[in-house]
Amino acid sequence: MALVVPGPRPAKRVTVKRKRGAFTPLLLLAPALLWLGVFFVLPTISLASQSLQSGSTSSGYTFTWEFSNYADAVVRYWPQFLRSFGFALLATLITLLLGYPLAWFIAHRSGKFKTILLVLVVAPFFTNFLIRTLAWKIILSNEGLVSTVFRDTGITSLLQMVGLLSTDTLLGSPFAVVAGLAYNFLPFMVLPLYASLERLDLRLVEAASDLYANGWQSFWKVIWPLSLPGVVSGTLLTFIPAAGDYINARLLGNIQTSMIGQVIDGQFLTVMDYPLAAALSFILMGTIIVLVGLYIRSAGTEELV
Amino acid sequence: MSNQNSFGSNPFDGSLSKAALSRRTVFAGLAGIGAVGLLSACGTPGTNASAAKTPAYATDLSATEKVVNWSNWQAYMDTAGSKFPTLDTFAKQTGIKVNYTEDYNDNDTFYAKMKPVLEAKQDTGRDLWCSTDWMVARLISLGYVLPLDKVNIPNAANLEPSLANAACDPGRVYSLPWQSYFAGIGYNPHMTNGTAVTSMDQLLHDTSLKGKVTLLSEMRDTVGLVLMEQGKKLDSFTADDFAGAIAALQAAVDSGQIKQFTGNEYMGMLEKNEIAACVAWSGDVISMRADYPFMGYTLPEKGFTRSTDNLVIPAMAQHKTNAEKLINYYYDPEVMAKVAVDNYIGPVVGTKAIWEKTDPTVAKNELVFPSDETSARSQVFRTLTADEETSFSQQFQALTLG
Repeated sequence: MALVVPGPRPAKRVTVKRKRGAFTPLLLLAPALLWLGVFFVLPTISLASQSLQSGSTSSGYTFTWEFSNYADAVVRYWPQFLRSFGFALLATLITLLLGYPLAWFIAHRSGKFKTILLVLVVAPFFTNFLIRTLAWKIILSNEGLVSTVFRDTGITSLLQMVGLLSTDTLLGSPFAVVAGLAYNFLPFMVLPLYASLERLDLRLVEAASDLYANGWQSFWKVIWPLSLPGVVSGTLLTFIPAAGDYINARLLGNIQTSMIGQVIDGQFLTVMDYPLAAALSFILMGTIIVLVGLYIRSAGTEELV
Repeated sequence: MSNQNSFGSNPFDGSLSKAALSRRTVFAGLAGIGAVGLLSACGTPGTNASAAKTPAYATDLSATEKVVNWSNWQAYMDTAGSKFPTLDTFAKQTGIKVNYTEDYNDNDTFYAKMKPVLEAKQDTGRDLWCSTDWMVARLISLGYVLPLDKVNIPNAANLEPSLANAACDPGRVYSLPWQSYFAGIGYNPHMTNGTAVTSMDQLLHDTSLKGKVTLLSEMRDTVGLVLMEQGKKLDSFTADDFAGAIAALQAAVDSGQIKQFTGNEYMGMLEKNEIAACVAWSGDVISMRADYPFMGYTLPEKGFTRSTDNLVIPAMAQHKTNAEKLINYYYDPEVMAKVAVDNYIGPVVGTKAIWEKTDPTVAKNELVFPSDETSARSQVFRTLTADEETSFSQQFQALTLG
């Protein structure tokens, strides 16, 4: 990705002699290209084909340019699409709010504990994704600490007001799904933010305060713009997988919180309507690409890189 | 992104762009044609493809390799610590080692995993597994399971007569039952103020249960119970009947009565007072009652579903004879009585007499040894055609995913 801040440019361009080494870059690229070809391009083509097939489970599916699969997918499952993007967006904002101070602390305030803290950020990866999400069922259960504290402090009623809770139980609610997503994808936010913030020259902040900038101003005018590449890659790494996730919604949600990943899973495995499932996958992929494209444009990272 | 800046000022841009463009266009065109070709080359064979109907056999290695590879559901076998005593006894008696794996989590997922292998007529690495009735019907129609050689299974004569002529496998040519269970209504009296939940009508409409009800994500059990509540028979209902049941369920979902559609996660929710009542499997209720003896369970008056998980031998199994010997071993009532049948309804005649001697309370449990009267009220969901299956599961999925 072009989102990482490049190091200082070399002062002089080194001219490479291209006599012998003409094929070297190609050779170096070959394993990655082969990998992408076999495991990404071919499956994508097969999926594209499947999304344009028609037929039934009994007679089999044949390729007929059946574009109505796409219309069908949108008409039937647009609420799940909208919900998925909504949940993913919320989860991304939460991880950003939690991750930014954490990344700043690790980068500039943790001293000799830096490595330990970074390991701790990554530590959840050593446990299976499914197990971690199942643990949230216990954390949010009715008699659990979180439920009690939320009820006693009125957070429960607050969440009910904003529509993230419909009853007084935390499990099986939009709140639980968003919380699960935010928890599971937090490391993907923290690590790129850390990489960006760690590189930030603290003397710039000093300079800002020398020029009578207050804390907020030096954050908003100096730190935030310089950390944008980290923010952009962090939000993308969180948003994209969160939009397609189906484990959190399945384990922590209810009927009204189902996400598009669950629909695709069900269409492929239970209903076995492969064309519809493939069309749903393509719409998800296309929408994400468009959203991400717009986002990168409006974030204006090209001036920063 | 940064492309515009870095390439926009390229001095060669003007002179080279035409040539590059045309070459690029040609490549793009070629790639496009290739892609279309590839697109239309793909296709998915249907389940009615006649070529698939005769199962493929592998050479039986039973005589030389004394093993059986068995995939089963969890908690479906007698245990002692980390061991399975009846499997060990079998190994001692016959010299055949059983590689027992509990990797059959649900029918759809397991089928999705095995289908490509079976389709390609390859060995699945398994000689025996347990599929639910409707899945057995599908496996048979596709030629994915092998007929059992009853010569190797003389104990098959002990099969409970009521199970001998199942709709999914008439005459039990390909399968023999492992365990059966009912789906009825479970409830936590602490959450219902002591009132019993006795019918699907009450479960779907009683406002005191609002938002505290779960239904099973297993279509045949949830929709089956509603169909019977509406006075339909599970062996003869029509597509319209099915749609009517879905409509009733949709109304309950829309009213906020239903919290979730679950697999057996409902157990934890019922125990932790997160739900008040649910559609529940009899075997789960029995195991819950070990710790929560107060849990209520109703087999609705208007009927309830009965499902059976059946032993089948997949096509291309390498140790078919050994697998049949293993089935024969478990069809001995003495052995079947030792399996975890205090949770499930065993298929072998004579098991009850043994339990009467060892633990009369189990022998009296209607959920383990149902009386003829109880059995008569239970119904089995009829076998669906492939097209019905697609249409019904499409409707059910639209329901469960709000």
